[in-house]
Amino acid sequence: MAATHQFCTFLVEDRFFGVEVEKVQEVIRYQPMTRVPLAPPVVRGLINLRGQIVTALDLRRRLGLPEPSGERLPTNVVVRSDDGAVSLLVDEIGDVLEVSEDCRERPPDTIDGLARELILGVYKLEGRLLLILDTERALNVGGGFGHEARD
Amino acid sequence: MTEIDVEIVNEFLVESHENLDQLDRDFVELEKDPRNREMLARIFRTIHTIKGTSGFLGLGKLEKLTHVGESLLSRLRDGALLLDPDITTALLQMVDVVRQILANIEQIQAEGDGDYTDLIATLTRLQDPAARAAAATTAASAPPPMAVAPPDLPTAPEPPAAAPVAVTAATEAPPPPAAPVRPTTPPLTLVVPAPAASTAQTPPPAPAAAAPTDGGETKAAAHGVSDSSIRVDVGLLDKLMNLVGELVLARNQVLQFTSTQQDSSFVATTQRLNLITTELQESVMKTRMQPIGNVWSKFPRVVRDLSVMCGKKVRIEMEGQDTEIDKTILEAIKDPLTHVVRNSIDHGIEDPARRAGAGKPAEGVLFMRAFHEGGQVIIEISDDGGGIDPEKIRSKALARGLLTAEQAGRIGDREAVNLVFLPGFSTAEKVTNVSGRGVGMDVVRTNIEKIGGTVDIQSKHGEGTTIRIKIPLTLAIIPALVVTAGGDRYAIPQVSLVELVRLDGDQVAKGIEHIHGAPVYRLRGSLLPLIDLEKELAIERAQTVRDAVNIVVLQADDRTFGLVVESINDTEEIVVKPLGKQLKGINCFAGATIMGDGTVALILDVLGIAQRAQVVTEVKDRALGEANAVHATRDDDAQTLLLLGLGDTGRMAVPLSQVARLEEFPVSAVERAGGAEVVQYRGEILPLIRLADHLAYSSAGADPMQVVVYTEAGRSVGLVVDRILDIVEERIASMRAASRPGLLGSAVIQNKVTDLIDVGSVVRSADPSFLEEHTRHAEAA
Repeated sequence: MAATHQFCTFLVEDRFFGVEVEKVQEVIRYQPMTRVPLAPPVVRGLINLRGQIVTALDLRRRLGLPEPSGERLPTNVVVRSDDGAVSLLVDEIGDVLEVSEDCRERPPDTIDGLARELILGVYKLEGRLLLILDTERALNVGGGFGHEARD
Repeated sequence: MTEIDVEIVNEFLVESHENLDQLDRDFVELEKDPRNREMLARIFRTIHTIKGTSGFLGLGKLEKLTHVGESLLSRLRDGALLLDPDITTALLQMVDVVRQILANIEQIQAEGDGDYTDLIATLTRLQDPAARAAAATTAASAPPPMAVAPPDLPTAPEPPAAAPVAVTAATEAPPPPAAPVRPTTPPLTLVVPAPAASTAQTPPPAPAAAAPTDGGETKAAAHGVSDSSIRVDVGLLDKLMNLVGELVLARNQVLQFTSTQQDSSFVATTQRLNLITTELQESVMKTRMQPIGNVWSKFPRVVRDLSVMCGKKVRIEMEGQDTEIDKTILEAIKDPLTHVVRNSIDHGIEDPARRAGAGKPAEGVLFMRAFHEGGQVIIEISDDGGGIDPEKIRSKALARGLLTAEQAGRIGDREAVNLVFLPGFSTAEKVTNVSGRGVGMDVVRTNIEKIGGTVDIQSKHGEGTTIRIKIPLTLAIIPALVVTAGGDRYAIPQVSLVELVRLDGDQVAKGIEHIHGAPVYRLRGSLLPLIDLEKELAIERAQTVRDAVNIVVLQADDRTFGLVVESINDTEEIVVKPLGKQLKGINCFAGATIMGDGTVALILDVLGIAQRAQVVTEVKDRALGEANAVHATRDDDAQTLLLLGLGDTGRMAVPLSQVARLEEFPVSAVERAGGAEVVQYRGEILPLIRLADHLAYSSAGADPMQVVVYTEAGRSVGLVVDRILDIVEERIASMRAASRPGLLGSAVIQNKVTDLIDVGSVVRSADPSFLEEHTRHAEAA
């Protein structure tokens, strides 16, 4: 029996993403945000999470996906980072899935630009593929630009 | 080392660090009174203990070194040798090495591979007075005391100084950010007095320099402190502070909610909650407060080492060591203070020969003073040295291209002296080991400004220099002005706030002028550059047409500018929270905070915004601006005048110095007393004089009435005017004689003919009793 991992899953556009449950602090519904002028467009604003100020990042924009067509409000997936909690705004939250390491594969090199470096791996599930998000990199949007600024 | 019980080693480290800090002070003290047997015995015991324990723990190097030190000390204690600067230097050097070895043990669990044979040889040689005399020449070339650990590098936080809350211990390792040998810093500990302890007792040991005669009493008091204080992890205090911050926010929210409630018991409970929260906040802040003496206590040694090295005689005096500041701020000012102290000794105080020539005592004095003033802490560091020669500064600034010849000629001495804060400025004729490399004062200024402080220098050539540093008490919870821009709220730290200006009516269109597209406003005669917050932050305006312009006048880096905002809300105590790394690149924001209604508001970084808008551009430019600003205000004949409007056309001026306050009263507030118009004002009856009637202007009379309160010899009278126009600073060049009573004359102010009111005569003719009162007072005086 191969090792299994638990992932918190969510949808962005039509893509099915997962983040290791250990990294997720909580999932909360849409919160009013305070916009941050001059910030990179990926930064949607600041939310008050029980007295903690959390930066909310738009995962669509981070992945270079088009703006949503509907009126639906995104959901906050609050992930832990070295720099405190950060929220990722996603379209829709899914279940926590337990998947076997057996069905994991490296992401193919043919994935387009921005998304390529944010995907750690792909799990072949029945009928769909689960993309594992590299949260460290996804949160790395400093430097005042929309592009990734890695040290 | 691995088999050694970690606990024993840690205990040894804690104890040794505490003892070593004491040693530093004891040595400096001992130098003044080399025969103090008690002090010698204490030093001996400390070294003896370290030697014994290191032998037990198998720390060979440490044992060997402390052994020779101990032998030397025992000869001193027995009176076979007398302490002199050479011996002190060698012993202090030994203390530094011991510290270094202890730091190594802490970090790498080993003594390290330093070679200390030279030092051991020196210590051995010093034990024998005969050998010493022979080796006098070698001794002269012996490494200065800084060779091991420069005294300016903070070595360890000092044990309890003269105040109930004191940093001791720093348990295993001291925290100084600059300490090169200790990258890992175990939790620092504060000693917090138990409630009963209060200030009655003097915790030991009082800093040596402050109380040189504290002999035996300190020992007795030692027990007092250990009984009444407990050690608390600083991390825990930080957490407590954060929680209190949360509580303050929750309280603000509850208060906001309460304003919509009717239930009186609920309202009463909230008020109680409000009071308790405030008190709790203050108490928790107090636990983080530490006496500045904790940082200062290392200066006697720094001064001693430096003055020996520079061949000068310097005495250090301190006042207000128990002035308390937040720990974070204390950490932040440590390095700038050290720099200033070093500068004073290296450049400020002259060598004994030169001092004698100038008719000063051979021993220079470095005086450090700290005190609270208006919610801020002021630290002054003065020396009675040579001072700064403004001419030298001017020529230097010219040579470096920091000023043009014309500017150099124009700036005053005081401004010239402050040029030393420019980067790349050093007036030392030669670069010494200590200072003079041209980095320094600008770094001092930057570091002080980083924590919201200011620094100013005053110097009299030949007489000495005083550096004055102003810093806030705490950084975690600050008063801020809340403004709105683009529909969002922003907080502006109140330290940067100068004043608020509101333009409405036709002033909106007329008040703001443009210079080459840059908006400016004439504030009391000088041009105030304006920055539109919405434009600067690239946010869309919530209101396209404004019926009023709100200007927040701010001070950044010695430049004043006006920030135009949509509206000004209120002042509020805010809890500063840092921004995530995603937003670190934007220098317009200093952090964020949570408002009473739970929404997040950004805190503006005033300096950052000024830089973005290029109000503060280059340093060169800044120096120039300062010079100009000062030039403008330096005009000795200039007077600050309050401009008033009477009737349709009347334009009057009174010296602002004669005005106590400007007030507004509704017409309905006017009552009559003895046939004269009066209003109730601050619990007294204020007689009113309608200036328009008095000076024969036809006045429609406004509601509310604009009243200029004039006070003389303890009596006040209100002058009713139609409009308050402006406050200007103007030199009255020529004045035409008065055409009617009550006026001093007419002059051209702001290109318009303006009558100058003789306030005294107006008041007296309208209310003769004022005169009586006045003369009576005058006679009494």
